[in-house]
Amino acid sequence: MNFNIYDFTSFNQWIDKLLYDNLPVFWAMIIEMTLIGVAFLLFYALVGLFLVYAERKVCAFIQNRVGPNRVGPYGIFQTFADFIKLLMKELIPINKADQFLFNLAPFIVIIASFMAIAAIPFGKGLHAIDFNIGVFYVMAVSSLGVIGVLLAGWSSNNKYSLIGAIRSGAQIVSYELSVGMSLVTIVILAGSMQLSTIVEAQRNGWFIFTGHVPAFIAFLIFIIASTAETNRGPFDLAEAESELTAGYHTEYSGIKFAFFFLAEYMNMFIVASIAATIFWGGWMPFHLGPLFGEWTTGFNIIMDYIPPFFWYMGKTMVVIFIMMWFKWTFPRLRIDQLLKLEWKYLLPINLFNIILMALVVLMGWHF
Amino acid sequence: MNAIIDYFKELFKGIKTLLTGMKVTGYYFVHPKEIITQQYPENRKKLKMFDRFKGEVTMPHDENNQHKCTACSICEINCPNGSIEVISKQVEKADGKMKKELDTYIYKLSMCTFCGLCIKVCPQDAIVFSQGFEHAVFNKEKLIKTLNQPGSSLKEKVKE
Repeated sequence: MNFNIYDFTSFNQWIDKLLYDNLPVFWAMIIEMTLIGVAFLLFYALVGLFLVYAERKVCAFIQNRVGPNRVGPYGIFQTFADFIKLLMKELIPINKADQFLFNLAPFIVIIASFMAIAAIPFGKGLHAIDFNIGVFYVMAVSSLGVIGVLLAGWSSNNKYSLIGAIRSGAQIVSYELSVGMSLVTIVILAGSMQLSTIVEAQRNGWFIFTGHVPAFIAFLIFIIASTAETNRGPFDLAEAESELTAGYHTEYSGIKFAFFFLAEYMNMFIVASIAATIFWGGWMPFHLGPLFGEWTTGFNIIMDYIPPFFWYMGKTMVVIFIMMWFKWTFPRLRIDQLLKLEWKYLLPINLFNIILMALVVLMGWHF
Repeated sequence: MNAIIDYFKELFKGIKTLLTGMKVTGYYFVHPKEIITQQYPENRKKLKMFDRFKGEVTMPHDENNQHKCTACSICEINCPNGSIEVISKQVEKADGKMKKELDTYIYKLSMCTFCGLCIKVCPQDAIVFSQGFEHAVFNKEKLIKTLNQPGSSLKEKVKE
């Protein structure tokens, strides 16, 4: 066994070899999948609880409040207490709801985010599955979540739920376009859709620096569009609590509501990790390219001492903080403003930006 | 052409206003000393309420145990909840004249909504709001208070 915090490849191969040598292929595969699933479930619970706590603290500081500070030091156990409370709550049955779809909806939402997280590289070799079409796959599965939202709204037999779900549908259909286009801009620069290759290509400088102007525009568009795609921040029309009670999850309670709640935060985590991976180099440490001269070698070696997982988490947390900053600063958009922003501003700029990026790559103007 | 200029003008104006908003919230995020939440049970000893806080109605007495209430009952008439009851008595003065004076000023805290009308209408400024807000007691009877202290008398107006 050869455990190395900087490179998990050999450690993973050791587990893989151990299982396949001692067990039939079928059972080895089942055990491997279960191990990864349990690891992700654990990760989900921890990250979900942490993000809820972080959101409440960030929101509180922005609004000149203290935030949770009673349960444990600085209130760090507040979300655990809330989670236990949610688990023990009654699951209220809705008489005239479409029972099958009503029960199915939260699982679709959580499974969509669960599928998306599988493709994300957390570190070198710390990667559940490395597709050669990783970017495409993430885009495809992360947009599946809206089906759960639509089902929840439709099956609840409640006007608020239905209006929320329809708004969410219109919103995601629009903004999915911008998310895809801004990722395509970077795919042009990277020349690959494989997330591990994209990260490796940023060894000598993250894409947001090497791609300069078009990459920066793409980053801005991606942040805006992905905030809208996760139904967060100023784009939370689907659950607009002052108009629609709670939007599509009005009728849900207990653990089913917790699933929607967890899925919202995990989707935020996933889009933040994609932003960090595509634009800020994922787990790749901050390296200065050869453009800056000889002295950068020492700097790069120092940066390499910080384990890749911490680089990844740090970058993701910065993106998440920016999204929380959005949420607690801007007022909610009206539905016409929302669509105007997408179709009149983001999409034309994005299309122009792709041409600009193609030109930059073609002429070799990037670093 | 003008439409294109307007398009970009609107775009950059929008970005500028968004950044202005983010600057304000970002400032508060990195300045925890701007937090205005009071940590109430912990800072009970040094908690200072603000001047206009409506705690409960009190009648200030000076060092000679004298108050300013002339028992005119305007506060009682103006109280929407009937939480004030002014009981007066006739007192014979040194010069032989009969004069109305305050006997008991009953204030029922349990019925008060802290609207402040009594204090607003008082011609003598005899009653004021205090800063205290911890009204919880074990017995309802304790919420019926007598505001004038025992043995207190009317403060004579200084003739100018």
